Amino acid sequence: MYAARAIRYEVRGRAILDGVDLRLTPGKIVAVVGPNGAGKSTLLKIMAGERRATGGNVLLDDRDLTEWKPADLARRRAVLPQSIEVVFPFLVSEVVALGSSQRVPRSEAAALVSRALSAVDLADFGRRVYGTLSGGEQQRVQFARVLVQAWSGEGAYLLLDEPNASLDLSHQLLILRLARTHAESGGGVLMVLHDLNLAAMVADELIALKDGCRIAAGPPEHVITDQLIAALYGVHASVRGVPDGPFILPQTARLPA
Amino acid sequence: MSATITIAAMQPLPVRRGGLVIAAAAVFLVAALLASLAIGPVYIAPGRVVGTLIDALAGARPSEGTGMRDAVVVLDIRLPRTVLAMLVGGGLAVAGAVLQGVFRNPLADPGLVGVSPGAALAAVLWIIFGSAAAGYLPGSVAAFGLPLAAFAGGLVTTVLLYRIATREGRTSVAMLLFAGIALGAMAAAGTGLAVFVASDQQLREFTFWTLGSLGGASWQKIAAAAPFILLLIVGSRWLARGLDALALGEAEAFHVGVNTELLKRVAIVLVAAGVGASVAVSGVIGFIGLVVPHLLRLSAGPSHARLLVGCALLGGALLIASDIVARTIVSPAELPLGVVTAILGTPYFLYLVQRNRAVLGG
Repeated sequence: MYAARAIRYEVRGRAILDGVDLRLTPGKIVAVVGPNGAGKSTLLKIMAGERRATGGNVLLDDRDLTEWKPADLARRRAVLPQSIEVVFPFLVSEVVALGSSQRVPRSEAAALVSRALSAVDLADFGRRVYGTLSGGEQQRVQFARVLVQAWSGEGAYLLLDEPNASLDLSHQLLILRLARTHAESGGGVLMVLHDLNLAAMVADELIALKDGCRIAAGPPEHVITDQLIAALYGVHASVRGVPDGPFILPQTARLPA
Repeated sequence: MSATITIAAMQPLPVRRGGLVIAAAAVFLVAALLASLAIGPVYIAPGRVVGTLIDALAGARPSEGTGMRDAVVVLDIRLPRTVLAMLVGGGLAVAGAVLQGVFRNPLADPGLVGVSPGAALAAVLWIIFGSAAAGYLPGSVAAFGLPLAAFAGGLVTTVLLYRIATREGRTSVAMLLFAGIALGAMAAAGTGLAVFVASDQQLREFTFWTLGSLGGASWQKIAAAAPFILLLIVGSRWLARGLDALALGEAEAFHVGVNTELLKRVAIVLVAAGVGASVAVSGVIGFIGLVVPHLLRLSAGPSHARLLVGCALLGGALLIASDIVARTIVSPAELPLGVVTAILGTPYFLYLVQRNRAVLGG
């Protein structure tokens, strides 16, 4: 169990998050959606243990997150931040290998690295210098690093901050499929997503954040409604449905006058 | 952020032969050692140098003729100086690599960012005031008083530098260099003041503290400095994975399981120990910590496990070579060692600054 309860986060007296609950369970994908500045990334950072909430707490395996040692935490959760600059000319394979813990023998770690690079469609990129890759390729390298970390851990949770922000359509789908595979193999996943349609497609549970508050939560078909889209983004659009779930067509949207 | 990516993108495609580079550095070190023992006012052929060393190891020491002269020159005059050069050079290069890893910036050289001048100031103050205090200290502390004082000076400067240049885990390159220059200038001014106010007997000349020299090398000095420098060289081994992860960023290093606060503290203490002890026995020698790690990153790659070993070897070799130049080129006078390393290092520094133009806001 990996749960945040009544999370509050203040910066200079201003609440970025206010009383947010979030629960991750093995086998499930939770997607957080909401407009820019809603506090999505901050929530993910608090879940990761990178920032400490000013109110509420995060429990992992019944222990407060602040009591975890970094090395132990790394075996239970892997984090994909939005974008990563790497100083010094590290090779792609070296960056991905940073995901493996020191407990994993070197030969095994090398096998995990090449498996992860193949999984993100970068099988031949191991010997390239990370800094020379395009933004989308770098993002997939980081995702491969996260996969290696999850695979060398124990039933690890994935925390993904806009994992497909700079990817083309096929690779967006690839990353979502990998997240789904991870969930099906018994891991829990939290992802921050911008694209409501992708979120509706991939998530078991959606959490809608606005101004640091959770304004809706539940299965996508219940959460994604005309009213929610109006409330979140101030955009009037019609939600339609297909057998797999709800979707919105931006073409039907009207911006507020 | 994008600026850093551009820099990385300008790196040439890597031809990484890490093992080969380390082996080459080791060969260079052995060659420099032999050359340093052979070259001087009296030239002693490498064969005879090796012979003298083997004899000495076997416990035999000729008491007459050229054999005796060789033994005096090689073992008593040149060997301490060469060993000290190897230690100080290796220590400074490793210190540079570790500092650069912690600050996530290739321009962090202990001399440039004020760590060495800070250590020098503390060393000078110890020489003036410490001898009075030494009477009240336990003997073991007093014996290491000078390197310990320099260590404290280096530590204070590094911590100050970190506090000034880093906000929320991000180090500003410009702040790092500006703060480093300011701290270094302040420390050098303090050193100058102390040197000129103090009586001549207490201190060697100002140039020793600002430009360095291995002229006063002795086995006692080696014994005083070696524990600190070896602590850095050996201890940094355990920082390698953490420093690699830190290249991704502070938060990201934490994500993959690195205790970043502990890592940075240990790194800063080790750097201060190694740089402090180096400064205590040889003054401020710049640019070794800049040039050596960068050369190795280009040839062997930035992975710290390999980089740190390479720095210890190549740093030692390069400082031995620089010292040969310093003591022979204007013989019988000696150039301050820092002059030689600056001639070597400043073009490199300019080149690095030029490549970091985007980050520095030029």
